[in-house]
Amino acid sequence: MQPINASRKSILNKLRSQPLPSNPLPEVIHGNWLRFKSPIEQLGNVLRSVGATCESLTDLESVRAKLQSYPEFSDAKRVLSQIPEIPGNVTLENVERPHDLEDVDFLIVRGEMAVAENGAVWVTDKDLKHRVAYFINQHLIMVVRKADVLHNMHEAYARVKFSGPGFGCFISGPSKTADIEQSLVIGAHGCRTMQLYIVD
Amino acid sequence: MALATLPVLKSQDHPTLANVFAADEDRAHWHDGALWFVRQKRDRQANSVPEWEQLRELASQIKEHAIANVAEYLEKFESNASALGAVVHWAADAKEHNEIVLKILRENHVQRIAKSKSMLTEECHLNPYLEKNGIEVVDTDLGEWIVQLRQESPSHIVLPAIHIKRQEVGETFHEHIGTPEGNSDPEFLAHAARHHLRQKFISAEVGITGVNFAIAETGGFVVCTNEGNADLGASLPNIHIACMGIEKIIPRIEDLSVFTRLLARSATGQPITAYTSHFHGPRPGGQMHIIIVDNARSDIRSSPDFHRSLHCIRCGACMNTCPVYRRSGGHSYSNAVPGPIGSILAPALEPEKHYSLPYACTLCGSCTDVCPVKIDIHHQLLTWRRELAGKKIIPYSKRLAMKFTSVLLRNSWMYKLAGAIGRTGLRWSPRWIVYNPLNVWGKGRDLPEPPRESFRAQFAKHKSEQHRVEGNHTSSSNSSSSNGKAH
Ligand code: SF4
Repeated sequence: MQPINASRKSILNKLRSQPLPSNPLPEVIHGNWLRFKSPIEQLGNVLRSVGATCESLTDLESVRAKLQSYPEFSDAKRVLSQIPEIPGNVTLENVERPHDLEDVDFLIVRGEMAVAENGAVWVTDKDLKHRVAYFINQHLIMVVRKADVLHNMHEAYARVKFSGPGFGCFISGPSKTADIEQSLVIGAHGCRTMQLYIVD
Repeated sequence: MALATLPVLKSQDHPTLANVFAADEDRAHWHDGALWFVRQKRDRQANSVPEWEQLRELASQIKEHAIANVAEYLEKFESNASALGAVVHWAADAKEHNEIVLKILRENHVQRIAKSKSMLTEECHLNPYLEKNGIEVVDTDLGEWIVQLRQESPSHIVLPAIHIKRQEVGETFHEHIGTPEGNSDPEFLAHAARHHLRQKFISAEVGITGVNFAIAETGGFVVCTNEGNADLGASLPNIHIACMGIEKIIPRIEDLSVFTRLLARSATGQPITAYTSHFHGPRPGGQMHIIIVDNARSDIRSSPDFHRSLHCIRCGACMNTCPVYRRSGGHSYSNAVPGPIGSILAPALEPEKHYSLPYACTLCGSCTDVCPVKIDIHHQLLTWRRELAGKKIIPYSKRLAMKFTSVLLRNSWMYKLAGAIGRTGLRWSPRWIVYNPLNVWGKGRDLPEPPRESFRAQFAKHKSEQHRVEGNHTSSSNSSSSNGKAH
């Protein structure tokens, strides 16, 4: 239902009353864009430069073992995992309000793709009841398949689709701020650390 | 938190306010350096992308197309957003925008809002309006929160607190949230803010965000942040209000492949912002309101000279690079959007108040060089000067000087004579005569030493020397670069 609004009409009329010369829309997906000899190496370098970590492992079991070796992880009180092979102890379906995720220490999720040029990892709320989970946790663990490491944003947007309501986000590194005298502080409002694992 | 309204800046011109800022020399230098640091980071990122110039050209073409067909795209956006379950509102001006926000809050009996950065709501002075109406608004972007606590306004569109020193932040936090006195460590202060604002997020009933890009084809929109505050604010409360100017529209989702590559690299010299969030419709059981605001943008669009300023994606690069902005500070512009682009937009809104802004420019063109959407910023500023002079808004003294210069430049004998007088006069006059209060060019800097000969004389001499050398058949190809110093 749209609210009745006189301004809508007047704004659109005003915009229509002044035609401007129009040019055709350019092609932006296909092109001779930046590519890398080793996109995975590039991805790791960029992620480290924005305060994240990135590691290639053979499979999810190795990721699980790796995480277990960190006391911070093995001692964590609340772990929310969306990857069955790396179990957590929070069942999202039982969490009623997004606010109840406030004390989640770790979130473990799959990223649909990762972009080498800027370290951006694409996630959506498709199987995630509360999308706030991406932002309210302290430590974000993401897993992306090797085949889903892309070179640049043009390749990425060729794959981004929305058909219906939904949320998607490119996440690149932990949250940060430089609002006090331009000194970089990691851990603003979102996660304080981010780790990306690339698996075969 | 009951906050008083923002200090309403008196209608003072840019030179007056710039003087106030520049009077604190240490701060002015430090400010200059901080912004130049960001500019250098931007250069490193831009240079790392071989197709940078191609991306700028594409961005410019997309924006030109989108603004030319903005009415069609806004309607398309509206119908797609509505189909996703969002409610789309239209506001002709700032007043209507604020009233729409308040109406939504009242209908939902809301008291507490977590707001993320939005220059549009700054432009509309939404905070003071809501506070006057008894609503608690918390700006959750760290920089914006700092200026909010200090009852100031942002001095930069991307770095709202760039004019404030860490010691001052420490004092402000000590006063408002009880951090230990004298602690001004940025990491400590930022984490104290995180801790404090978490509670604000948890208790907020509405999240207000800006919009970086609104996608006509999908009815969704994108918000870019580093702190994650927009996402917490828009994902915890049930109601999300997003405020956008009409110029935020882009036709296709794939256009973002161009803009996301340009925006953060230009803004802060990052490869991309930490979060690039794509919102499409409300969460299940929630509400999403999108307010589309004109507030004189359609007037700017109607102007053949200035409509390209609507292509701006608010990256702030033109501010970081501007020699005037860096030395005069954002507040000297008395406008929500300061700096070079603000100096084009502000006079379109209120020419009487902002007539001095197109003169806050050396015409060096650096803004135009860095602008990711290729707006010819300095040309537009020059055009504004002509328009304002025609409108007789600028002071008589300035108009008189311009008239005088125009006569001088059109008469070659007068020009030659003036040059001779200048060269000799400046050399022999005592300091107190040259640096008299009427000479604004001598304020805070020394004039360059006048050359002994005019450029014409040097050029003629140089040419005859070159002829001699070439006549002797001994010339080398670069002998002509010897002393061709232009003045
Ligand atoms: S005018 Fe260009 S450089 Fe300045 S803020 Fe807008 S997009 Fe950035």
